[in-house]
Amino acid sequence: MTVTEARPRTVTADVRVVRRRLGPGRRIPYAFWIGPLLLLAVWSAGSATGLISPAILTAPWDVVVAFGEQWTDHDLLGNILSSLQRAALGLGFGVAAGGVLAVISGLSRFGESLIDGPIQIKRSVPTLALIPLFIAWFGIGQEMKIVTIALISLVPIYVHTHNGLRGIDGKYAELAETLDIGRGEFVRHVVLPGALPGFLLGMRFAVTSSLLGLVVVEQYNATAGIGHMITLAEQYGQTDVIVVGLVIYGIFGYCADSAVRLVGRRVLAWRRTLED
Amino acid sequence: MATDTRGLTATEPAVRVRDLHRSFSESGGVLNGLDLDIAPGEFVALIGRSGTGKSTLLRALAGLDRDVAGHGEIEVPASVSVVFQDSRLLPWRRVLDNVVLGLRGAGAEERGRQALAEVGLEGRERSWPFQLSGGEQQRASLARSLVREPQLLLADEPFGALDALTRLRMHALLRKLCEAHRPAVLLVTHDVDEAIALSDRVIVLDAGVVRADVRVAGRSPVELRSFLLEELEIR
Ligand SMILES: Nc1ncnc2c1ncn2[C@@H]1O[C@H](COP(=O)(O)OP(=O)(O)O)[C@@H](O)[C@H]1O
Ligand SMILES: [Mg+2]
Repeated sequence: MTVTEARPRTVTADVRVVRRRLGPGRRIPYAFWIGPLLLLAVWSAGSATGLISPAILTAPWDVVVAFGEQWTDHDLLGNILSSLQRAALGLGFGVAAGGVLAVISGLSRFGESLIDGPIQIKRSVPTLALIPLFIAWFGIGQEMKIVTIALISLVPIYVHTHNGLRGIDGKYAELAETLDIGRGEFVRHVVLPGALPGFLLGMRFAVTSSLLGLVVVEQYNATAGIGHMITLAEQYGQTDVIVVGLVIYGIFGYCADSAVRLVGRRVLAWRRTLED
Repeated sequence: MATDTRGLTATEPAVRVRDLHRSFSESGGVLNGLDLDIAPGEFVALIGRSGTGKSTLLRALAGLDRDVAGHGEIEVPASVSVVFQDSRLLPWRRVLDNVVLGLRGAGAEERGRQALAEVGLEGRERSWPFQLSGGEQQRASLARSLVREPQLLLADEPFGALDALTRLRMHALLRKLCEAHRPAVLLVTHDVDEAIALSDRVIVLDAGVVRADVRVAGRSPVELRSFLLEELEIR
C-alpha cells in the first residue's frame, strides 16, 4: 500500500522588527513617466473642459494634428535631426573640453592657475550675451551655433567635475603612491572614477544648458531646426506649431536627462546611496 | 629574495634607520633620534602609547611624509608595501581589480586570483568592496600587498578595527602568509598580545626613541607580557 504523503507545507514564519524607513524607499517601476503623464492629463482635462482656451494653449490633440502636418508637409523630421545634430555636436565639444580642463586644473596647480580663473570669469558672463561677439567672429552659420552651445555646456561640466575630483578622499592618492603606480594609471583608476559622480551631475546641467543654447541660437538665421520652425510659426501666428516645437524641446530635454541618470545608476553601481 | 637569511648573522639589514627626527609644528618633536634595524624576513612589532609617533615612523619608512619636518637616514628595500588600518580598497573598483591595481606584466590577473585565494576570498573577485565585511576587506588589502611580493611589509594597526575573533583569524593568516613569502615586517599595534603572538621582536617606542627592544624567542610569553606592559606604563 502506498501512501502518498502530503508534502509538509513549510510555513516559514517571517517575523521581523523593521525600522521605519527614513530614505525615499524602493524604486517605483516606470516612476519616470508618472509626472509627465500627469501633466499631460491635466493639460488634456483643461483643454477638454474649456478651462484652457485654445488662444492660451493649444489642446493636446490639436498639437498632435499640427505635428502630423509638420511631419508630412514641412519636413519636421529634418528639423528635429538638424536640431539634434547641433545640440549633440555642441554638447560633445563642450563636455570633452570641460572634462579635460577640469582634470588638468584639478591635478596640476599650474593648470589650475591658468584655467580656473578664466572659467570663473566666463561663468559670470552669460553665454547668450556673447552671441553678438560670436556672430562677429564666426559668422551667422553653424560654427557660431555650435561654439555657443559648446561654451554653455562646458561650464557645468567643468565646475562639477573639478569639484568631484577635488572631493576625492586624499587617502586614495596616498594608497596609489604606496602602490608605485604611474600618473596615467592614477588618473584612470582613481581620479576619473572618483570624479565620475561629479561629472554626471555636471552632465545633467550641461544637457539642459545645451538645449537652452539651442533654443536661442536657432533664432539666428537658421534654415532648419526646431527653433527655425518656431520662428516661422511665430511670423504666421500658428500657436499650435509653436507648441509642437516646445513639446519637442521638452521631450529632448527629458529624454536626455533620463538617459544621463540611467547611465549614472549603471556606472555608479559601487555606491550605496539613497538613490538605490 | 635569493638567500635564506634566517639565523644568519652578518646580513645587510632590510631596514636601516639612523638618528631619525620628525616634528610637527603643533606637537613639537615626535621622533627624536630614532635608530632601528630590521633583518630581511624578520617580523618586528612596534608598540607604544597613543601619540608616541608609531604612525609617524611608519609613514617615514613608507615614504609618505614628504611634508613633515625632520632629518635622519632611512634605508628600505626597493619594494615596500603598506597595509593601512582602513582597508583602503578603491570603492569604485571590484575586489580583484583592487588587488591587481598597478601590477604590471603578464599573468597579473592570475596572480591576483591566487592572492585572493590565499587569503580565503576565492569567489569574491567580482564583488564591490562595500559588499565585503570589515575582515574580508582587510584580507583583500592584505592580498593587494602580498601579490606585490614586497621585501618590506609595513602595517599600521591593520586589525585595529576588527572584532576579537576576526582578529585572531587574521593573526593566523598573517603568520601563514609571512612564513610563505618572508618579507621583513614592521607591524604597529597597540595590542601587546598581538605583538607577542606574531613577531620575532618587539620594540617599544616612547618619546620618539626606542625604549625597549626584545626578542620573543626563548622567553615565556607571560613574563614578556608583563615586561612590555611595564615598559608601556612607565613614563
Ligand atoms: N599630520 C599631522 N599634523 C600634526 N601633528 C601630527 C600629525 N600626525 C601626527 N601628529 C602628531 O604627532 C604625534 C604622533 O602621532 P602618531 O605618529 O600618529 O602617533 P601614534 O603612535 O599613535 O601612531 C601626535 O602627537 C600627533 O598629534
Ligand atoms: Mg597611529
